Amino acid sequence: MAIKVKNVNYTYAEGTAYEIHALKDINLEIPDGQFVGLIGHTGSGKSTLVQHLNGLMKATGGTIYYNGKDIYGEGFSMKELRSKVGLVFQYPEHQLFEIDVLTDVCFGPRNLGFSKEEAEEKAKAALRLVGMKEEYDRRSPFELSGGQKRRVAIAGVLAMEPEVLILDEPTAGLDPKGRDEILDQIARLKKERGITIVLVSHSMEDVARYVDRIIVMNQGQVKFDGVPKEVFRHYKELEEIGLAAPQVTYLMQELKAKGAEVDTDATTIREAADAIENWLKGRQG
Amino acid sequence: MIRDITLGQYYPAKSVIHQLDPRVKLVTTVIYVISLFVANGIVGYAVATLFLGVVIKLSKVPFKYITKGLKAIVLLLVLTAVFNLFLIDGEIVLWRWGIFRITDQGVRTAVFMAIRLIYLIIGSSVMTLTTTPNDLTDGLEKLLGPMKKIHVPVHEIAMMMSIALRFIPILLEETDKIMKAQIARGADFETGNLIQKAKAMVPLLVPLFISAFRRANDLAMAMEARCYHGGDGRTKMKPLHYESRDKTAYGVVWCYLAVMILVGRYFT
Ligand SMILES: Nc1ncnc2c1ncn2[C@@H]1O[C@H](COP(=O)(O)OP(=O)(O)O)[C@@H](O)[C@H]1O
Ligand SMILES: [Mg+2]
Repeated sequence: MAIKVKNVNYTYAEGTAYEIHALKDINLEIPDGQFVGLIGHTGSGKSTLVQHLNGLMKATGGTIYYNGKDIYGEGFSMKELRSKVGLVFQYPEHQLFEIDVLTDVCFGPRNLGFSKEEAEEKAKAALRLVGMKEEYDRRSPFELSGGQKRRVAIAGVLAMEPEVLILDEPTAGLDPKGRDEILDQIARLKKERGITIVLVSHSMEDVARYVDRIIVMNQGQVKFDGVPKEVFRHYKELEEIGLAAPQVTYLMQELKAKGAEVDTDATTIREAADAIENWLKGRQG
Repeated sequence: MIRDITLGQYYPAKSVIHQLDPRVKLVTTVIYVISLFVANGIVGYAVATLFLGVVIKLSKVPFKYITKGLKAIVLLLVLTAVFNLFLIDGEIVLWRWGIFRITDQGVRTAVFMAIRLIYLIIGSSVMTLTTTPNDLTDGLEKLLGPMKKIHVPVHEIAMMMSIALRFIPILLEETDKIMKAQIARGADFETGNLIQKAKAMVPLLVPLFISAFRRANDLAMAMEARCYHGGDGRTKMKPLHYESRDKTAYGVVWCYLAVMILVGRYFT
């Protein structure tokens, strides 16, 4: 049991005319090694929630436990928490500042107290993990393409070797190719390092293929929480809150409505193809 | 965390004061400041207090919001009060210790000076809280319009002001975001000596400058794409018009100034 969120509330600009109740009584548990998709419409509170998970924002009510310890408790080291729970912000390329790629990625490990050599080793490993070739190590981060910058920024957090990696809309503003590359890389990362990953997104399509569990947020509350197929069964309600289930869900539901006894729980194209094949075989046999 | 700064922040509400023409509010603020320096007795300050009180009441802005701006000048306030208290010579000495002494005149000046400063801040806060930055610069442009004759680039100044005002919250938000992103990478902006702290600012300042330039560039492009070419021959989408309430307000304000001058003359 890694992260436990208990009755967390957060209000922006409390006591002013601009007050916004961004998180309303959130309860969650994210066990070790899970690949979680956090989905919600823009403004539903996703970014606010993930910033609580590494202690960057303090809940106005409720508390969070990391490995059973209250992170707001006395003597709890926030710095340590931040090294364990890595957070990659939306548009992370905006935070690059060093003269070259390698030095920028070293920033995290150096802050954790690692020597220059150790930091470089970790930085190089992280850069290779996100698919940045060695030839870029000494280039200025500002010369890279958008997708490359973003990978460098993700490596900057990975180099700290967190136990939990949170990515806030890592594909925002990327073209389809860049998006697929980043998502595939994250999936590979999950396989290779076995860390817990929380992937924030407003697109079901992106997330459905990869995650073990989907948490749907709406207006500061958790609306659905479960394995993808469970969540997609609510495709009508999802539409009401401005989200959409993956295309295959619609296809399968439509086939079923037309009388085809297919398994509507298919979430990926592969599964859908299998389900249709099974149904066809069943009809013949 | 950085959003707590109230200076120049607009408080949305529906009130007579909010609806007034920005020019009226600008002129009123200037007249009010002048009136504070005309006043030099209890009666004068009582009238000034009454005027301010009524305006605040009409504006529907919560009082605690208005006084927020005062926090920033507490130090200045205390310093002026202390200097006035000890340095002004008067006839009756109230207290003496070595070379330090407090006279009746000193106390009087210290108290009145403090009131002046407080009212000045509150008065201008009421203006900025009830007027959107855009209205404010529009009003200023119109008021300063005659200065175009002597080749003062009034429109350009107003445009720069509104862009700057628009960018303040954006840059504050950006600062907040970058700061958080670097803290998430283990950066430490709080501890350490002066040199360490200055060095810790680099990961914040470099991205901030880059983003400011990027935004400035985008904005310039967007303006040019829409054929912006400065103030010559440019018309307004919402030209400022005086309504009858604005004329009434002017009447009230000039009466107020007249009363203050009379009071200053005959009640000292
Ligand atoms: N710094 C802030 N100050 C005030 N309100 C904010 C701030 N950041 C976000 N909000 C508000 O909080 C709500 C949740 O925002 P956010 O967590 O960014 O949503 P999401 O990441 O799901 O798009 C929104 O209504 C947003 O307007
Ligand atoms: Mg967000």
